[in-house]
Parts: sequence; C-alpha cells; structure tokens
Amino acid sequence: MSRVVGVIDTKVANTASIFAGLRRAGLEPIAVGSTSDLAGHEAVVLPGVGVFAAGMAALERMSLVEPLQDWIAADRPFLSVCLGMQLLFESSEESPGVRGLGVVCGAVTRFPDGVVIPHFGWNQIESSSDFFPAGDVYFANSFRATSVPEGWEVATCDHGGPFLAGISKGKVAAVQFHPEISGPVGATILEMWARW
Amino acid sequence: MGTVVTKRIIPCLDCRDGRVVKGVNFQGLQDAGSPVELSLRYQEEGADEIVILDVGATVEGRQNQLETIRAVRADLAIPLTVGGGVRELRDIEALLEAGADKVSINTAGVDRPEFIREASEAFGAQCTVVAIDTKWTYNRWSVLTRAGRDVRDIDTLEWCRQVAELGAGEILLTSFDRDGTKEGYDLKLLRAASSAVSIPIIASGGARVADDLYDAFEAGANAALAASIFHYDSLHISDIKAHLAQRGVTVRQ
Repeated sequence: MSRVVGVIDTKVANTASIFAGLRRAGLEPIAVGSTSDLAGHEAVVLPGVGVFAAGMAALERMSLVEPLQDWIAADRPFLSVCLGMQLLFESSEESPGVRGLGVVCGAVTRFPDGVVIPHFGWNQIESSSDFFPAGDVYFANSFRATSVPEGWEVATCDHGGPFLAGISKGKVAAVQFHPEISGPVGATILEMWARW
Repeated sequence: MGTVVTKRIIPCLDCRDGRVVKGVNFQGLQDAGSPVELSLRYQEEGADEIVILDVGATVEGRQNQLETIRAVRADLAIPLTVGGGVRELRDIEALLEAGADKVSINTAGVDRPEFIREASEAFGAQCTVVAIDTKWTYNRWSVLTRAGRDVRDIDTLEWCRQVAELGAGEILLTSFDRDGTKEGYDLKLLRAASSAVSIPIIASGGARVADDLYDAFEAGANAALAASIFHYDSLHISDIKAHLAQRGVTVRQ
C-alpha cells in the first residue's frame, strides 16, 4: 500500500509535476492547504517557486509557519524543493527584512556577477552523503545558500563558486534543484527520501 | 574549476488533436505519432527536456492538449514546456495543473507585452518561456505571430531584449526560414540573439545532423530544439550526445 504524503499547495508551483514524481517514488501525494490538513499526514513536501517573501506570505496565510517549524524540529519526514529549501533559512537577499522559517542557520544570497542568472538547466552535484547520488540534476534558481549548516549532510554544486544543492538531517531533506524533473538522479533521491 | 550547466537537447512535439504532426515552414503537416510514446522514447534516449506545442489551438484542441499533458506527465521525469494558444494567466494555471513545468508564450506576448510580465510575476521566470518565431525580411529579422501567418513590424533582436526585461526566463527562438528545411540552424541569428540577451536561448529550426547542434551551441545557444530529425530520421539523442561530448561540449550523460 502506498504511503500518503501531504504537499503544501502554494498554487503557483509545478505541483502536478511534483505529484507525478512522488507517485513514481511509490507515494500517494495529497494537497495540503492548512494546519488541520497537516495533522493527518506522516510526511510533508514543501514545493515552491517564486519570490522568498511571497513564499513566506503563503505559509503565513495558511498558518503553517509554526507547525512546519515544529514538524522539522520533531524530525518528522519532510522534503522541501527549490524555493522551499531557501525558506528553511533565516533570511534571503531576495527579500530583505523578511524572516524565513529559520530552522537552518544562515542566509540565502544571490549568485555572483559574472555567471548567467538565473541558473537554469542541468548541473552536476557532488556529495559524501549516501542520501545524495552524484550526477546531473535540473536547477532553476537565482539565489542559493553557500555555508554548510552544522549538523547537516550536504550536496554541493558549482555556479560561480560552490553552493548548497541539498541538505539532509534525519528524516528532513531539502534540495535546491527539482528532483521531480531531474531524471534518474532525481528519482533516486525521491525514492531514498520515501524510505524515511 | 567546478562544474558547468550542460547544453540541452530538446525534442519538440507539435501536437494537433492529440497527435504529433510536423511540416515544413510551418505548412503541410504530417502525422508523426503519439505524444506519450514519443516523449517517453526521447526521455529514454537522453532528452534533457520536452517541448509540446499545440498547433491546432482550437477549443476542442485545447481540451485534448490538457489530456495529452496529463498522460505525458505521469511517466516523464524531465522538464516539460507546453505552448500554443497561451493567452491568459488561467491558461498557464491550467497547463501547470495538468503537469507542465514551464509555459511558452508567443502571439499573446507580442499583442500585449505586459502579459509576459504578469506571467513571470505570478509563476516565476523559471516557468515563463517566450517563443519567438522570426523571418529575415530585407535587412532585419522580423517577428512573426499566429504560427507564422503574420509578419509584425517588430525587430526580433529588440523583442528579445524586451522580453528579457519583462521577465522571460528563456527564449525559444525559431527561424521560420529554416523550420523543417534541414539546412542547419540560423547561426547568424543565434549569435546576434545570444549577444543581445543574457537569458538562455533555445535554438530552433533547421537541424539535420549532430554537428548542426554543435554549431548552434558554438553560436551561443544554451539548448537546441529539433523535431523531424528525431521523429523521422531515427537520429538518436544518445548518439548526438556522444558526438557532442567527443567534440568537447558538456552534455548530461
């Protein structure tokens, strides 16, 4: 029997694509739009595209800020994707003054001048963690985190210098790329996460 | 030092009434197969992305298109861009709900450029692809709309700069002169467009052999799109990639 996973519905992400990726990993995704929806699920996915401030505003509107902080602190199965990963940090250069979920220390910053921004397309990740296979994955981002947070395993990528492509600790993982459209490497990561 | 973003190979499925079709200079469409079967075959062969364009753009065609997208999405684990008749934000929403990752805007953006900004603000630049069809007219490349039927009084390079400012994440640049002709991509056009903007350019129109893709990348394209060489000529994406890698182009293996 497949396991149900709540996907926070931000309305502007490629949610159907994420649903399809989770289904291929043997999970049964269901859209989540509020705190009460969250309670019934064993695992949660936070997708997200768009601007940092809009992402936080959406979580606040759904009253999900504190529940998600508690969820992650309790090491319950959690995966966040792209902007979803950035929201875990304390702040972002994209939206000065807006506080992130702050469950990971550090700030998200813009790629340096001199490289193509947005960082679009397939790029290679590396990791010493078993959670992240090496290989090409699909990115679409203008901002990223660079300093390795203490206590987290990481995958790194390079675009004008190294940056964090993914972080994982216990049952909580976050990726800057899009595993749902990252071919076999992305599929492996979703399958790994689905074994929480 | 470090890694680089790979050059992408993108098969394009022009669809009408739920079937893949292909013509020359946008005319004389022939049946080329099922969009589900073809997109999955190309994924297997190593395609980096799939583009599906609805060339029917009728009301019934639109419903068919959403069904096609749903069916393709279930097993497609690479990015999917969908276009054809995208005129309003709710068209984009419907395509994303069906399973698209990116949406391509063409005529509606030329008619009302603010639409590109609205799309980019609502769904992000990563979702907003602007498709530009272009044709050499006397002394410049002019923008075409309505699937090549109308020649507009707009300079293509100027339009490239404008859509980048409006928030387009990528430009899908199709040479009408080369479309389906197998004369190779319009390299002069690609050089000019890739110097005009810093966002990725997807080259389209005219591919025949692997070296045509090589030339497009050398001319500044970040991705190369083709249709008939994959549908009819049994040119395998894996072979093209091996050839490109041998010539020093970084591709996803």
